[in-house]
Amino acid sequence: MSGRTCVIRRILIANRGEIAMRVIRTCKRLGIETVLAASAADMDSVPARRADHVICIGPAKSSSSYLNVDAVIAAGLGARADAIHPGYGFLSENAKLAHACEAAGLVFIGPTEAQLAAVGDKLTARRLAVAAGLPVVPGGEARTPHEAHVLASHIGFPLLIKAVGGGGGRGMKQVHAAWQLDETMDMAIAEAQAAFGDPRVYLERYVAAGRHIEVQVLGDGEEVVHLGTRDCSIQRRYQKLLEEAPAPNLSESLREAMHGAAVAFAQRLRYRGLGTVEFLMDCERETFYFLEMNARIQVEHPVTEEICGLDLVEEQIAVAEGRKLRVSQAGVKFSGAAIECRINAENWTQDFRPSPGAVTRVCFAVGDGIRVDTHMQSGAKIPPYYDSLIAKLIAHGKDRPAALARLADALVRTEISGIDSTLRMHRELVRQAPLQRGGVTTAYFEEFLKSRAAIDAGGVR
Amino acid sequence: MQLTDGDVRVILELLDATTFNELHLETHQFRLTLRRAEAGWTEESAILTAPAPLAAAATPPGGASVGSLPRIADARAVEGLVEIRAPLPGTFYRSPKPGSAPFVEVGGRVEVDTVLALVETMKLMNSVVAGLRGRVVEICARDAEFVEQHAVLLRIAPDGIVSEASS
Repeated sequence: MSGRTCVIRRILIANRGEIAMRVIRTCKRLGIETVLAASAADMDSVPARRADHVICIGPAKSSSSYLNVDAVIAAGLGARADAIHPGYGFLSENAKLAHACEAAGLVFIGPTEAQLAAVGDKLTARRLAVAAGLPVVPGGEARTPHEAHVLASHIGFPLLIKAVGGGGGRGMKQVHAAWQLDETMDMAIAEAQAAFGDPRVYLERYVAAGRHIEVQVLGDGEEVVHLGTRDCSIQRRYQKLLEEAPAPNLSESLREAMHGAAVAFAQRLRYRGLGTVEFLMDCERETFYFLEMNARIQVEHPVTEEICGLDLVEEQIAVAEGRKLRVSQAGVKFSGAAIECRINAENWTQDFRPSPGAVTRVCFAVGDGIRVDTHMQSGAKIPPYYDSLIAKLIAHGKDRPAALARLADALVRTEISGIDSTLRMHRELVRQAPLQRGGVTTAYFEEFLKSRAAIDAGGVR
Repeated sequence: MQLTDGDVRVILELLDATTFNELHLETHQFRLTLRRAEAGWTEESAILTAPAPLAAAATPPGGASVGSLPRIADARAVEGLVEIRAPLPGTFYRSPKPGSAPFVEVGGRVEVDTVLALVETMKLMNSVVAGLRGRVVEICARDAEFVEQHAVLLRIAPDGIVSEASS
């Protein structure tokens, strides 16, 4: 955060899959050399072929490779990289990696260690949000069963028990009535300890009719700008499936309030880097609450890039070099609408059963307003060790109907064979009337699945 | 030289102005096919070459690749025993979480709905359920190690087959 600047000439990418391809693409354009840090299972992956260099950081199991701070730092030093780009997931929000980079003289492309620690602890983030004047979901920390009951009578049921070390939909439990509270608390505490090494939990009101809306921010340690909203309400078990920018069917006053809240939060942190402030919009009460901040580039960043014309990886690298923001708030211009489908290697007709294996043939739509971020090519292998995202299909148009029409066309032209994928699911999903109207809640996707199951059972198809 | 997305767009623009319906381009480094479809164009591309790996700072233990995974379980069938196989390729776990007691031990009784193990595939935990009543005779896969799809995980002696000694 001091005035020091540096020039990044070689980046170690400590990630895999489509986000590794995404970072390589920007680096090539900027003339920055790339070294892909890959596990043994990914040494012949498409990003390993696309990068300038590749270095093995350990066996297939991510705990010994992509999640191994020492291996990543050793690879960074061994490859003589200036900086490490952590992508998303894995070590992207790990304060220990940011610390180890600093100690090793490597630039961490992301926020500071202190910022990662502050937003990684969901209770600290909540307190910061309150201090910055943001509305938070009614709730708070529950250290004892007594505290939990007092708090619960205040919040009302149903409520959510969340792990302080969780986030991104992990470590949450729903409680429907007071008699379930003690038992569910015990379970949540045990699971939080096992999953995050931190037994602390907090309670929050469960918002039944909610939309997940987030604001992209970019900071240089002093100034912060927002890059608009994204709506990510189409989710299954808290995993996003389809995202769009800007959030549709939102009053301008609510949108402006969200922009302002996100900037206020990031400014309070003197945030440096790319980040996302997540909000839960309560549709019944026409209001919104702060949920958490994600201190990394996100899977759904392309929809923002498409509507504001910026390369977010390039901006990330620029602020990591210690430079000032290159865009002012007034200089951020939005154009049209963009929608992204996440295509996963899963069989959506069999409860989204994972489908690893070899892709025999992939063929994507190409043309105006269509973008595909992927690490697939005909013959590529999808290892069973990592997540199931294989491609993101993004369509941009002059308005939302134009973007949707482009997306629907592009989905039809896209072909993926050899494994099961959610491609066909997206073809059906984008034709649904509620989605066409826009502004559905997080409950929508389950309804879509149920209605489709009913159609199947009725033998119509 | 590798093609960028920008290069592909330029080629596409040129192609779109012609009457051709397909373009195939191949060098030793990449392969690109553009095809005219009903509503627009499609692209099928592949990168064919890879950089030589840099020497790692410390040689990691030989990791498994997708094509050549260690076969842990002996697939020989044992008469009278029911083989419980992996529903998907993934990591085999004997207990619900690290440090807790295994779901089952050799000699343990199982019911139809007893969970025997977990197989983690693509960050998703899949329960392996017995599907029959009986007794665990053998656990064939090692905890926290990779198993192929359909690999034998456990062997169970089903109830109802009365062996000579037990009468």
